Formats: sequence, structure tokens, C-alpha cells
Amino acid sequence: MSTVPPPGRETPSRGPSSRETVSLSDPVIETRDLNVWYGSSPALKQINLSVPRNKITAVIGPSGCGKSTLLRCFNRMNDLVATTRMTGVILFDGENINGPETDAVSLRRRVGMVFQRPNPFPKTIYENVAWGARINGYQGDMDELVESSLRRAALWDEVKSKLNQSGLSLSGGQQQRLCIARTLAVQPEVILMDEPCSALDPISTRSVEDLMDELKRDYTIIIVTHNMQQARRASDMTVCMLLDDSVSQENHRTGVIAEYSSTEKLFTTPSDPRTEAYITGRIG
Amino acid sequence: MQELHTYTPHSRIRRILGPLFAIACVLATFSGVVVLSILLGSVLSTGLGHQAGRPWYHLPQNAWDLGQLLLSLATKTPGESAQTTGFRVGVVSSLWLLGLVTLFAVPVGLGAAVYLEEYVRPGRFKAVVQTNIANLAGVPSIVYGILGLTLFVRGFGFKPFALGYSIWSGALTLSLLVLPVIIIAAQEAIRAVPTTYRQAALALGATRWQTVRDHVLPAALPGIMTGLILSLSRAIGETAPVLMVTQASSLLNPPRGPGDQYVPLPLEIYNYAKYPDPADQTLAAGGILLLLVLLISMNAVAIVIRNRSGRLNRN
Ligand SMILES: Nc1ncnc2c1ncn2[C@@H]1O[C@H](COP(=O)(O)OP(=O)(O)OP(=O)(O)O)[C@@H](O)[C@H]1O
Ligand SMILES: [Mg+2]
Repeated sequence: MSTVPPPGRETPSRGPSSRETVSLSDPVIETRDLNVWYGSSPALKQINLSVPRNKITAVIGPSGCGKSTLLRCFNRMNDLVATTRMTGVILFDGENINGPETDAVSLRRRVGMVFQRPNPFPKTIYENVAWGARINGYQGDMDELVESSLRRAALWDEVKSKLNQSGLSLSGGQQQRLCIARTLAVQPEVILMDEPCSALDPISTRSVEDLMDELKRDYTIIIVTHNMQQARRASDMTVCMLLDDSVSQENHRTGVIAEYSSTEKLFTTPSDPRTEAYITGRIG
Repeated sequence: MQELHTYTPHSRIRRILGPLFAIACVLATFSGVVVLSILLGSVLSTGLGHQAGRPWYHLPQNAWDLGQLLLSLATKTPGESAQTTGFRVGVVSSLWLLGLVTLFAVPVGLGAAVYLEEYVRPGRFKAVVQTNIANLAGVPSIVYGILGLTLFVRGFGFKPFALGYSIWSGALTLSLLVLPVIIIAAQEAIRAVPTTYRQAALALGATRWQTVRDHVLPAALPGIMTGLILSLSRAIGETAPVLMVTQASSLLNPPRGPGDQYVPLPLEIYNYAKYPDPADQTLAAGGILLLLVLLISMNAVAIVIRNRSGRLNRN
């Protein structure tokens, strides 16, 4: 991965707030001057972020500001999009994830991802959970792992009698928890969640939120959400991203970090007026 | 204020046009079915011709009889008269071809389709290959016959590579013939698998191969099977290209291995059908029935496999 910006595009000037990074002693994921392009249009500009360990970090911001793009950088799912290019550095446990010695496949086991729409495999519930562990060479007792993963995802009691039924036979909320269980079964260190509740009803949403709270003892969670209440309720830290109006155009949008601080502070005393405007619903 | 428009719904015309279109579709469907049943009926009545003096003289009493009749037709080797002859040579040759074509064309076709859909990034290379394959699918089969003659039978004139007029040559030629169709059908099926499966699998730390093996191919299997069966049916039904790569027009004994000479079923049928003698005509029709039985059983296998793999996707 090249670290030189593409020609004709000098390093973007930093806004006053984009430089503000929260200092943390032991970040799991750290980005330094991260820029991402789709083809020739910039999608993320000068992202500097330190994600704390065993905390829930929420990412909020208007549609198209690059929240999903940022998340996909962390487990290198962007590699699958032919047109992406990035500059800057992403450190995971202090190691450059785009360095030559890091392999995307093993990185993705350690940085799991739950998608916006529940996407269980068209296989049995058991197999949905067991598959990831098996292909990663899990040596232990598979039945035990399936049960404990489903328990952690608060789904066990609902499915224990029908493990051999198709994962697609579950309700949307159950499917999403199945996807979480599947991610837990490969024992990641970080779980990326891209709007995991956007297809769920309030009750399922609540159960996923409770689950996240439960999980943060062992995992670091980064969650993208459009739901301010959810960010406020569920997260410890909040990243507020906004569109960079100087670069964004009709057909492509560029996101920057407007503010990054503890959820408490961001929602009560935001330091950037644009953050305040966004969270109170005046822009975005 | 929004401007008010009047609507001209043409209700009467639409009421007539709708059903008319439906009728047109019904006719289109039935034209195929009707032609098929006329074809089958005429083959059956010729094949089971009941007038005395014709081979396998009497109309069978029941399905069991019919089965016996076809079985003896399939297993007898050519005899002196039409009554004692059968298509053993053709059936054995065709089964050999079917097996070998499956062996050659299926792995190669699937491999090519997976490579093109899952590994190659879209670009000029893919476009060129793709266009080539699409064009190859439209090349007349006799051209493949000529290609097979030069390439496999004669080995481009290098003796050590020449396979002669053996089953090897026939199977390789037919494999080339059906490959483009297998590849295109498999590609379509693979492309229809939702990307979310791939993303989910890769996000769990799977390699591309694990993703393809455990999720993409199983989900694409029904579509792949359809393409395969169509192609393999075509392979054993083809006459023109094998005309170029067989030497014998008839054999007394069926081939014993892939190095032997062969006369596939369609060619045997063609040979009998050429003669003016009604007895031979009847034999040809009987051969067609055998070919149909073979094709229908292949389709049945495909349907079973399709239903099996569809089970988890549904409920
Ligand atoms: N595969 C892609 N190819 C080209 N451009 C893309 C691609 N994915 C995203 N983009 C562009 O990058 C920008 C950021 O997209 P992204 O999906 O990251 O936004 P988002 O913040 O997640 O939006 P939303 O809240 O609507 O999900 C958008 O302008 C989008 O059009
Ligand atoms: Mg998104």
C-alpha cells in the first residue's frame, strides 16, 4: 500500500477539530493521517483516531460521510473493492495492518465484522456458528463452542431445540444475533458493527445493545449507528464524522472527523458547533 | 398548487390487450409442447410398429414388456437381421463418451468459471476472455469435429500425440464443444450467489478458496447442474462432430476401453435411418427411444440434486 498521496492532491489542510485526537494509553486500533479514495474521489480525509480497548466506540455522522468505509479499513474488507486506495497508517495492537507481514485473512479473524443486514449462511444454525471456527482450525469441542457462542449472543435458549434448522428460518433479530454468535465463535479481539440494528425492531435492538454491554468486558466494539439515542445509550466513546464541504460534490462525498471524545462530553458539551448541529438534527 | 391533469385510462383497450397477451404466452408455451408430443408420438408409433414383418413385431402389452423390449434393443449386438440386432455398440460407446466428457469438461469448466467470477478483477483481460468464450459457444459443432480431427486424431501430425479414431479423441472433441456452455452457465450461477455470503465468510477470516468451496459453489449448485446436464445431453446427442472423429460406420463388438474404436448411439441411429428398408427405419426409431431414455434419466438426476441442495435455502 503506497503512502504517497495520488498526484494532483496535496495533503488536505487539517481543520481545527480534525487534529484533536483523544490521547489514550493503550489503543487497540489507531489511525494516522488515514485518507481513502474510491477511484479518484476522496472518501475519507485525514482520519486520526485511537480506539480504546474494551470499550464501545460509536461512529455517527450523516449518510455518505464514510463511516462504513472507515470500518472496512479496519479489517481490510476494502481490499475487495478494486478501486480503493489509501494512504496513512492503521495500527492494530501497534502493528501496521497494511504492512507486508500482516495477512488480511488472519487479520479478519482477529477483527470481526457484523453487517447492516443480517446475513446468515443458508446452512443450519449449528453450521453457521461452527463454520468460521472450523476453517480457522479450531481444535476444541465444537458443540461446546457453538453453545457458548450462542449463549454469549443471547440466542441459545431460543434455538437450542432447533440447531439443525436453517439459519434463514429465524426472525431478523435472531438472525442478527446468530451473526454475532458466528463472529464470537472465531474469538476476535475487535468487533466491528455496521448499523447492526437498522433492520431490527426496538426489542431486538435492545437485546443487541444489552449484548454489546455484556461483550465489552472481553472485546472492543466499534459500532456505526444513525441512532443518536443508541450511540448515547450504548457507547463509551463517540466519533462524530461530517462531510467535508470543501471537497464533497454531488456525486461523491468526503468525510472528516468533526469531533471525537467521550460520549458523555460529545452529547452534552460538544466543542465543535457542527457536531452540535448534527446531533440536534440541524444538519446531516 | 400542482396542476391538475386528466387521465385517459384506455380501460377497454387494456382489458382486451391484457388477456390477449396472456393467450399469446399460452400459445407460445404449447407450440413447444405440441411439437414435442407429435415428435414423441411419431417416434413411439414407428419404434413400436406392430405390423407383421416388422422387427420386434408386436406392440408391447404393458410397460414391463416395453422395458424388456428396450432392454433387449439396448443390449443386443448387431445381428444378421433386423430382429436380432441391437444398439449395444452405440449405448456402450455413448456411455464411455458421457463418462469421459464429464471427467474432462466438468472440472475444467467449473475451474474456469470460478476463476473468471471469483479471482479475475474486471478489466480488459476478463473482457477479452469472456467474449472469446461467448463466441466459442456459438461455433458450429462441425468445426469442433474438424478441430478434433487435426488436434486429437492426428495430433497435428506428431505420431506420439495422435490418439487415432479412439474414444479418447471423441471425448476430448466433445469436451471442447460443451466447455463454453458449461463455463457460461456456471458463471451465471456463481454470479447469482449474493455477495453478502462472500463478505460474511471473508470477514470471519476465510480464504477465498474456503469461501468458494463452502458457500459459493453449494449455493450455485442448482444453476451449475442445469448447465451441466444441458451440456452433457448435448454432448451425447451430437452427431456432426463425432462423424469427423470416428472411422467405423458400424462395429460388431462394443468398445472395451477408451482406446478402442467406437460408434456412438446417434451415429448408429443415423446409419439405420439412412436405409430405405422400413425395418431399419423402425430400428432407428427404437434407437431414438433409447437415446431419449438416457437423456431423461440424466435430467432426473439433475432434478434430484437440485432439490436436495435447495432444501436449506428455502424454509
Ligand atoms: N464501493 C464503492 N465504490 C465507489 N464509491 C464508494 C464505494 N463505497 C462507498 N463509496 C462512496 O464513499 C462515500 C462513503 O460511503 P460509505 O458507505 O462509507 O458511507 P456511510 O457513512 O457508511 O453512509 P451510510 O450512513 O449511508 O451507510 C460515499 O460517497 C459513497 O458513494
Ligand atoms: Mg454505511
